[in-house]
Amino acid sequence: MEPLLKVDDLHKAYGALKILNGVSVNVKRGEKVSIIGPSGSGKTTFLRCINFLEKPTSGHIFVEGKLIGEKTVSGKFVHVSDTELAKDRQEIGFVFQRFNLFPHLSVLGNVTIAQTKVLGLSQRDAEARGRQMLEKVGLGHKVDEYPERLSGGQQQRVAIARVLAMQPKLILFDEATSALDPELIGEVLRVMRQLAEEGRTMVIVTHEIQFAAEISDRIIFMDHGAVVEEGSPAKVLKDPQHPRTREFLKRIEQR
Amino acid sequence: MEKLLAVYVDHIDVWLPEMLFFSITTLEIAIVSFVLAVAIGLVLVMLRVSKISPLVTLAILIIEVARGLPIVVLLYIVYFVPPQLVSGWNWSWYNAFVGAVLGLGIHGGAILAEVFRAGIEALHKGQREAALSLGMTPAKSMRYILVPQAARIVLPPVANYGIGLLKETSLCSLIGVNELMNDAKSIAFADYEPMAVFLLAAAIYFAMSYPLALILRHVEKRLNFSR
Amino acid sequence: MSFLQILDQQGWYFLVTLLSGWPATISVAIPSFFFALIFGLVLALLRMARSRLSRGFAIAYIEFFRGTPALVQLFVIYFGLPDLGYSPSPFQAAVIGLGMNGAAYLAEIYRAGIESIHQGQKEAAFALGMTPTRAMRYIVLPQAIRVMTPALTNFAIVLLKDTSIIFAVGVVEVMALARNLVTETLQSGVVYLMAGALYLCVTIPMSHLAARLERNRRAWQ
Repeated sequence: MEPLLKVDDLHKAYGALKILNGVSVNVKRGEKVSIIGPSGSGKTTFLRCINFLEKPTSGHIFVEGKLIGEKTVSGKFVHVSDTELAKDRQEIGFVFQRFNLFPHLSVLGNVTIAQTKVLGLSQRDAEARGRQMLEKVGLGHKVDEYPERLSGGQQQRVAIARVLAMQPKLILFDEATSALDPELIGEVLRVMRQLAEEGRTMVIVTHEIQFAAEISDRIIFMDHGAVVEEGSPAKVLKDPQHPRTREFLKRIEQR
Repeated sequence: MEKLLAVYVDHIDVWLPEMLFFSITTLEIAIVSFVLAVAIGLVLVMLRVSKISPLVTLAILIIEVARGLPIVVLLYIVYFVPPQLVSGWNWSWYNAFVGAVLGLGIHGGAILAEVFRAGIEALHKGQREAALSLGMTPAKSMRYILVPQAARIVLPPVANYGIGLLKETSLCSLIGVNELMNDAKSIAFADYEPMAVFLLAAAIYFAMSYPLALILRHVEKRLNFSR
Repeated sequence: MSFLQILDQQGWYFLVTLLSGWPATISVAIPSFFFALIFGLVLALLRMARSRLSRGFAIAYIEFFRGTPALVQLFVIYFGLPDLGYSPSPFQAAVIGLGMNGAAYLAEIYRAGIESIHQGQKEAAFALGMTPTRAMRYIVLPQAIRVMTPALTNFAIVLLKDTSIIFAVGVVEVMALARNLVTETLQSGVVYLMAGALYLCVTIPMSHLAARLERNRRAWQ
């Protein structure tokens, strides 16, 4: 079966500085994939390239076989227009490390704005779906609050509801709990676990190894801009083959 | 004090209508130069953040010079220098009103360019990315996310500048625009009642700007609260 | 005659004449600055006082002086005060006018500075047995002044620029001399540009200094 997400030989460089050196990853529908690795290993850049927040230097991304951010014109790959890129991105949800809620909009406004302005839903339908999603992340009572009055954990849950309301085929999580105080991490992980159990397709960049082990179908260990090792959580975490994976896991354990 | 009151009782029926009539010119200068200042400010800030280095340098130069000059000096330069610099042209249309509006517009443009820049810089890069990741085009992210946020930061200082501008128009009397200040001067010396006339002029300026300032403060408080 | 020719023939004369106006500009700017500095503090303290009367006076003063043009204020003082039996010289009128006007602005700057100091500072001073006056004098004000230094520098620039209107009450400073030169030689182009350049030589370095102080203050906090 064709994978939902297919990343083909992705390279990314800033001038002479190479961040990604040929990363290829396939993700099946409903699969949960966690990417772990030391900071600077390129995992965040990899995630950002998937929905073209960073333009790859070379390599291609397909969702359900359709090219993302590019098209072929007489056999050559060219970047698509802003409008087409925006359409591609509708399929891919992105949860940011720093939430990036819109401070000028209420919680409900944050969840409805893209539904009305991007999907073209009516305000009423958007609000109904928005409330439903906020309910789901446990924030049904906060619809009229403004983001700055919420805790970090609540803000991140609103950000997840904002993504869910767009009904994406795939959700990318970029260190979604790294900016949170320790006591607030749990509530966000709970929501993510719930999404995993619903069978959504998720690609998660995280430092929470324990959490990754519990919910992932597959773990990818990245270092120096390349995939070093991948496999089931049991295989990669309990019986790592590559010395760099072992080294990384040992350091994590010591903390 | 009683003497002052007696003076007003004697003269107010002549002074007030005349001064209010010239206040219209004051308001005209303020409004036209405000619009001009916003336009110039927008152009300057676009150059300033354009990342094209000669344009950036040009914008910085204009902003620093226009902000560094006293308004009066800028008015004298804008009004008196161009006709001498390019003496071949027909400058008959270039009267004191035009010079005044241009001078205040350039000065205000430089001030507003910096206000606008602060508004742009206060926006976090993540806001644009979040909008894009939700499938908005750059134009939509500008319209629904970035501009509304910048407007909240920028509108109070812009309004403040506009209110201050009402007072600054009085400087245009020095290059010979017949507005409120100039009229007050001519009445003051004709009737020889400078204290009474200039206080009345002050009261008119105050009556024009203070209510606006109160409204702005009220709006600002509400804006802060809802955030 | 071209611009450069005029500059070549009369530039030196213009420059020397305009420069001779600076002592007058400075001798108004400096006393006005200190007048505003002290009177502004008094206003700020009245504005924050408990007595309604003093608060009311301070608010009325500040609103009036900020709500009306400095030029009108100068005219009231220079042309109006003789009605009340005091005839200030142009120099006196300029210092009183710019000082009283500046004090209204500074009062708000002081207030913001004082209010920015954390309540805990005052409480700590009280806990050490200081009276409210001493707490203000030794603990709050010294910190507030450090916070306000960039704003005070900016105020000094504004004040210096404001001196360009005092020729209207007869002070013979840079702008007055520029106008005289134009009457004498009809070379308004060169003269006003030169006068402008002289102001910029002072104001631009000062505003860079203010910006640097502001950066330091942020780093320090």
